[in-house]
Amino acid sequence: MQKEAEIRDPLILGNKTYHDITRDISRPLEGKANKYWWILFSLSFVLFIWGVFSMAYTIGTGIGSWGLNKTVNWAWDITNFVWWIGIGHAGTLISAVLLLFRQKWRMSINRSAEAMTIFGVAQAALFPLIHMGRPWLAYWVFPIPNQFGSLWVNFNSPLLWDVFAISTYFSVSVVFWYIGLIPDFAMIRDRMSVKTAPMKKQLYSFLSFGWSGKAKHWQRFEEVSLVLAGLATPLVFSVHSIVSMDFATAVIPGWHTTIFPPYFVLGALFSGFAMVETLLIIVRKVVSLESYITIKHIEYMNVIILLTGSLVGTAYITELFMSWYSGVEFEQYAFLNRATGPYWWAYAIMMTCNVLTPQLYWFGFIRRSFVWTFILSIFVNIGMWFERFVIIVTSLHRDFLPSSWSMFSPTFIDIGIYLGTIGFFFVLFLLYARTFPVIAQAELKSILKSSGSEYKKKK
Amino acid sequence: MSKNTIYGIFDCEEVLLSSVKEIREHKIEIIEVYSPFPVHGLDKALGLKETRMAITAFIYGCIGISLASLMIYNIMIIDWAQNIGGKPNFSFYHNMPAFIPVMFECTVLFAAHLMSITYLVRNGLYPGGTSDSPDERTTDDKFLMVIDVVGDTKLVKDLLLKTGASEINEKDA
Repeated sequence: MQKEAEIRDPLILGNKTYHDITRDISRPLEGKANKYWWILFSLSFVLFIWGVFSMAYTIGTGIGSWGLNKTVNWAWDITNFVWWIGIGHAGTLISAVLLLFRQKWRMSINRSAEAMTIFGVAQAALFPLIHMGRPWLAYWVFPIPNQFGSLWVNFNSPLLWDVFAISTYFSVSVVFWYIGLIPDFAMIRDRMSVKTAPMKKQLYSFLSFGWSGKAKHWQRFEEVSLVLAGLATPLVFSVHSIVSMDFATAVIPGWHTTIFPPYFVLGALFSGFAMVETLLIIVRKVVSLESYITIKHIEYMNVIILLTGSLVGTAYITELFMSWYSGVEFEQYAFLNRATGPYWWAYAIMMTCNVLTPQLYWFGFIRRSFVWTFILSIFVNIGMWFERFVIIVTSLHRDFLPSSWSMFSPTFIDIGIYLGTIGFFFVLFLLYARTFPVIAQAELKSILKSSGSEYKKKK
Repeated sequence: MSKNTIYGIFDCEEVLLSSVKEIREHKIEIIEVYSPFPVHGLDKALGLKETRMAITAFIYGCIGISLASLMIYNIMIIDWAQNIGGKPNFSFYHNMPAFIPVMFECTVLFAAHLMSITYLVRNGLYPGGTSDSPDERTTDDKFLMVIDVVGDTKLVKDLLLKTGASEINEKDA
């Protein structure tokens, strides 16, 4: 058995037994939703409906219903796409990279972080889909033999790499998530009684694939989890690198930079962790999991946010330096315009929310406070949205010809689609919190004894 | 003589682990152990062979990268070669840097999915499958050891109790 150092705090509070964990994790699934859940759900549902309307309107009338013009021909759709993909990165980082590094604190949060990844990537995938204008032809992005005179997709194009990267990332995340869910569904199946909840019993029996927890199955489970983590880790890094190449391989000043892949990956982890915090601080209240998602977990994530935030800040400054050092006046102007042009306010929001405010995490009392963390995580979410907006719109709106300079203003439909995806995301997440085991209980039970709490109790 | 199945139930994984070791020292065969979570060292204590899941993943990954290369080669070089953005598609080798992302993604796609399917098939797990655990509490907080005994069950029962079983059930075959 593993023992931890005495100075380490227990990862789960309140001297839980195995049965306590079972009870606490299945409670949200057995009981009725509380008031907060209904309030949040109703709000999200209203946004979702607005989004559905806006998407239907876009598909019905065309992309002309957005605020795009000839100069700024790519704006909120791709901003939202990259934002959601970025948010989708923390889930796999938490479950895969932290598994490889044997970080046991991940176990309280990995299930929800993975759920967030899957729902986030699903939102992201909506944007290219509706941007196609004719989403029923979406299968054209795949290399399928066709009748159009050997018309194939172009494997040189980062947009096609995106298709492969995102579909792989999405499906592998779902598989990784589900492999871990099977034992937990089995736990819920065995708890539900045939008499009081026959439908639920049947549902969870179906979902649990007949899992019984044999020794050989657990042995395979552990190896499969480890290999999936090993596969998912380079996958996480590849996905956002490829997303960044959508821009980096273009010749537009402000996009054409070699720093983009690492810079985007870090930004993705940064925003992903912020969204995990936003969600978990809500979830621990809404489904009462205060003793599982503790301030310790929040603090560890804040340290990662501080690190990735500082690295993102370094990338911003490197970009500025390189544009000056390149000696290319287009490049220099692109960055001067970003910081001081008509979109200076977007640049200022980006700098403040991503570089300055996360530095507050150097202070222990801020790092170890739920209220501060919640506020700052919202700041990071906003800042990272503006980062993508700044990169995309400010690089486009001052074209090479001053006669085509223009600005971008979103329409009611643009706003509706964006807020609609936020609503959709929260609808999915809140439904998940009421129907899925939100904590990987099987894994959590395996660390109960080694988290030092038993040892400390004896002293 | 009739064959009986004995279920020894344990509350704690450390006790279970030492019990498994002791029972196997007495040359008694343990048919199966059910546990609510992976118990480290249990596979070794039970004498289970190492799993080959990682090897299957490697093989599937190789299949993935081969199929991806073959697909790209056929599409970009053989079927409809075009000069796109100065990247001339007359040779796979020269154009490969642009193909690496898709080759990598396909490797991961094949390795992850096919390994997971193999895992489900090998474990006999499928949507709607039924659990064969003799006690529903094994997914909650109990560890269950299954031993088949021909003849007198007392020896095994005593041994289970001595090594820390909290409960013993018996089923006539």
